[in-house]
Amino acid sequence: MKKNSPWASFYLALILVLLYLPVLMVVLFSFNSNPGRTANFQFEGFSLQWYRDLFDPVTGYGTALTTSLVLAGWSVLFSAVIGTLGAIGMVRRPRRRGLIGRAGHAALGAGEQIAVLPIMIPEIILGLALMALFSFIGIPFGMPALVLSHVAFCVPYIFITVKGRLASLDPGLEEAARDLGATPLKVLATVTLPLSFPAILSGCLLAFAMSMDDFVISFFVNGPQTTTLPLKVYSSVKVGVPPHVNALCTVMLGVVFTLVALGQLIQAGNLKRKDRLGYAGRDGLTGGLVP
Amino acid sequence: MSDRPVLLSLRGLRKTFDTQEAVSGLDLEVFAGEFLTLLGPSGCGKTTTLRIIAGLEMPSAGSVLLDGQDITALAPEKRAVNTVFQNYALFPHMNVAKNIAYGLRMRGAGKEEIARKTAEMLELVQLTGYGKRMPGQLSGGQRQRVAIARSLILSPRILLLDEPLGALDLQLRRQMQVELKRMQQKLGITFIYITHDQEEALLMSDRVALMRGGRFVQVGTPLELYEHPQTAFAASFIGETNLIAGRAAAVKEGEVLLDIAGFSLPCESFDWITPGEELLLCVRAQRMHLSTEPVNAPCRLKGELVENHYAGGERTSLVRLPDGQTVRVRHSTENDAGLAPGSEVFCWWNMPSGVLVRDDREEGQ
Amino acid sequence: MAVHHIEGKAKRGREALALPMAVYAALFVGLSLLYIIGLSFLNRGEGFSASPPVTADNYLRIISPLYLRSLLLSLRLAALTALFCLLLGYPFAYFLAKARPKARAWLLMLLIVPFWTNALIRIYGWKILFSASGPVNSALLSLGLIGRPLKLLYTDFAVLVGMIYAMIPFMVLPVYSSVERMDWAMVEASRDLGASPLKAFLTVTVPMTLPGVLAGLVLTFIPSVGLFFLSDLLGGSNTMLWGNMVHNELLKSRDLPFAAALSVVLLTLTGLVILIYRRMGGKAESMVFLGRRFIFETQ
Repeated sequence: MKKNSPWASFYLALILVLLYLPVLMVVLFSFNSNPGRTANFQFEGFSLQWYRDLFDPVTGYGTALTTSLVLAGWSVLFSAVIGTLGAIGMVRRPRRRGLIGRAGHAALGAGEQIAVLPIMIPEIILGLALMALFSFIGIPFGMPALVLSHVAFCVPYIFITVKGRLASLDPGLEEAARDLGATPLKVLATVTLPLSFPAILSGCLLAFAMSMDDFVISFFVNGPQTTTLPLKVYSSVKVGVPPHVNALCTVMLGVVFTLVALGQLIQAGNLKRKDRLGYAGRDGLTGGLVP
Repeated sequence: MSDRPVLLSLRGLRKTFDTQEAVSGLDLEVFAGEFLTLLGPSGCGKTTTLRIIAGLEMPSAGSVLLDGQDITALAPEKRAVNTVFQNYALFPHMNVAKNIAYGLRMRGAGKEEIARKTAEMLELVQLTGYGKRMPGQLSGGQRQRVAIARSLILSPRILLLDEPLGALDLQLRRQMQVELKRMQQKLGITFIYITHDQEEALLMSDRVALMRGGRFVQVGTPLELYEHPQTAFAASFIGETNLIAGRAAAVKEGEVLLDIAGFSLPCESFDWITPGEELLLCVRAQRMHLSTEPVNAPCRLKGELVENHYAGGERTSLVRLPDGQTVRVRHSTENDAGLAPGSEVFCWWNMPSGVLVRDDREEGQ
Repeated sequence: MAVHHIEGKAKRGREALALPMAVYAALFVGLSLLYIIGLSFLNRGEGFSASPPVTADNYLRIISPLYLRSLLLSLRLAALTALFCLLLGYPFAYFLAKARPKARAWLLMLLIVPFWTNALIRIYGWKILFSASGPVNSALLSLGLIGRPLKLLYTDFAVLVGMIYAMIPFMVLPVYSSVERMDWAMVEASRDLGASPLKAFLTVTVPMTLPGVLAGLVLTFIPSVGLFFLSDLLGGSNTMLWGNMVHNELLKSRDLPFAAALSVVLLTLTGLVILIYRRMGGKAESMVFLGRRFIFETQ
């Protein structure tokens, strides 16, 4: 029953080829000696000049990369704190009694719903809304506005990953810690946080990737000094067809392949460790939320 | 047991979840050094009671006293009471030694003390050499021992155990029952133990508190519960029991004549019985005897043998009385030739084996 | 009761940990969305601002052929994207789930790796492919299938291809996870009870994987309505999608209240889709999450 026919394998291969075709084009053309300033895409000869271009400070890619890294770094740091605390606070909430208790309960619940909105609505809405709000309250466009915006859409990734992990944990673990003399704060430090650490890490990586990749929201709230890498790429691609974008993509692919290979190695290590630990479920990098 | 001092008192304990009352008015005294079992069907409130004692649940009303001091509002970490959780709740990110030492570490104990006491505990639960293993690498029985060691390292006044053997297979269960009892006697620590297994309760406990619907039905020694059940529920929950419906025809001092299917049977009386009252006669299936010949016994019923189930050393026979009620008899297969379905038989028992109870089976469920 | 007090405090203390998140979300997500809803009912002010009186003019302006056409175009494109993602992605996910574990790990990784790179750059690859002198035209020309280069770039077709390309993992992943979780014994049972392979697929596999399909449809539909850079790069000047409208009103006409009104329409639409999805039993937040977390799903 569970076996694929040759046709199935062919189909899988075909789709993958289609997925890789544009990427391969980019890699191929990154070595093209044709300047191709116009929309003329023909492979004329091997050249490394676009790579030299890319690393030339004049083109500004280095600055853009630094901006993106700084932005992603701060955003992930803040969202990790806010999102993890949020997950710990919101998981398995007891019901409240009394008018004030119930109102508070409902308010926090609404807060949770609003906090995950940014990953559900089209990015352009949040981008526009934040732009309007920032210009109204006078937050200057630039790094602070970018960080505030990125935190808004990074929090849900961390929050949901960590909350999923916490919800899958045996509630008896925290109770056992209390029972054995740990104060609520110590329970947090010795049981809750260590056990949700893989999920926190996984959420942070996800948030980091999302922040590095974000174009739409950054587009609305960036300032003149804060061109992130996606913004830089957009403006390059929009204006002309600069071949060093191909070089940039190839470099990124190289980095990604290295990272994925590294990730696989870590995962393999994790699996071995997990085997030793005997954790239930598949967590590790995926924080136990793997579908 | 009551010659020992009272260690723990529950007074008017109630707990309501939303609209559901899980515990509805419990009063109990637990004596120092005793092995007390809370026995009852699932949902009877035994786990809630245990969690209230541990401080993991706050009662809606009532109080908990430990050594005469009110600890109702005391946080769980401040109570000299520890718990062995149903699924053990071992910390999966710590090895066995770290798990066991957790309580001491939280207390801020010194390195030397932690090492010494951890080794002691490992030895107590026969897991010396397992300190470096992770919980995931242990068998169910070993995990259970770690959970016990982890709770005992703090030398609690009371150890609470929530169905600790529930996840083990039958053979291991039997072995652990004996081991736990031995450990409790050796350490002299008060155990409050939860189970829904009546055999386990009778085997291990000094006293059993039978619960139903958030209330105690009967609290007593295993012998009292088995031999002198006070209600039909208590009688039917423990052991294999016949509850035969009858009417109190005449009440003399110390004796009641019970009318069952036209037979008049003498039973031990209680002062709450009124003449003409409908009652249930409780007789354990093992205390019933069967014979094909008329027996000269005052407590005797005649009926038709309808079913006959062979189970090796024992046989269960079902006897239908003239009024349609069925009596279950468990007897040895040694001399049971001639007992064929359809034949007329006599069931009899000794008068003290029959106990009169009121029918409360439909209540509080 | 004093008793209640202490436990209540401990638990409330824990809930209070969620306060920063709730406050942050209320301030920067809730408030900003409310703010643009408010803006959308105001007149255009001096420069880049809005001013009273309150008016519904912006919404009345939307009810015009230009904007309705754009809305329709966007919805049609999003629907087509979702449909093609389903048609192409379902078999992929299905075969993927049936592949041997080792092959599956590799295939998933191959599916994911390109999506680690920047979306704009990947779209740029299509620009190369579709250009007049690009590989697609060269290949077709040399095969003699066409006489002169086709105009592929800057067409609705190019935008659709780009959208499908960008969105297909969001279909594959939820479907894959529902196929993978399915108990194959059910399919065997249906075969055992006399169903042909096709009937078994239609009566067992399809209903069992419907949640994944639904999630995939929502996940591919919602972002497709709002993506503006895709049609910017691949579409012609007359491919004005809803996202492009918002973008233009804001940056070219600098009409903030009107851009806000356009966004509110999009927001309402999104809300509607999510509402329908929830009505059908889907869990929105986990669904969105599931779709986006695919880049870490390498097993």
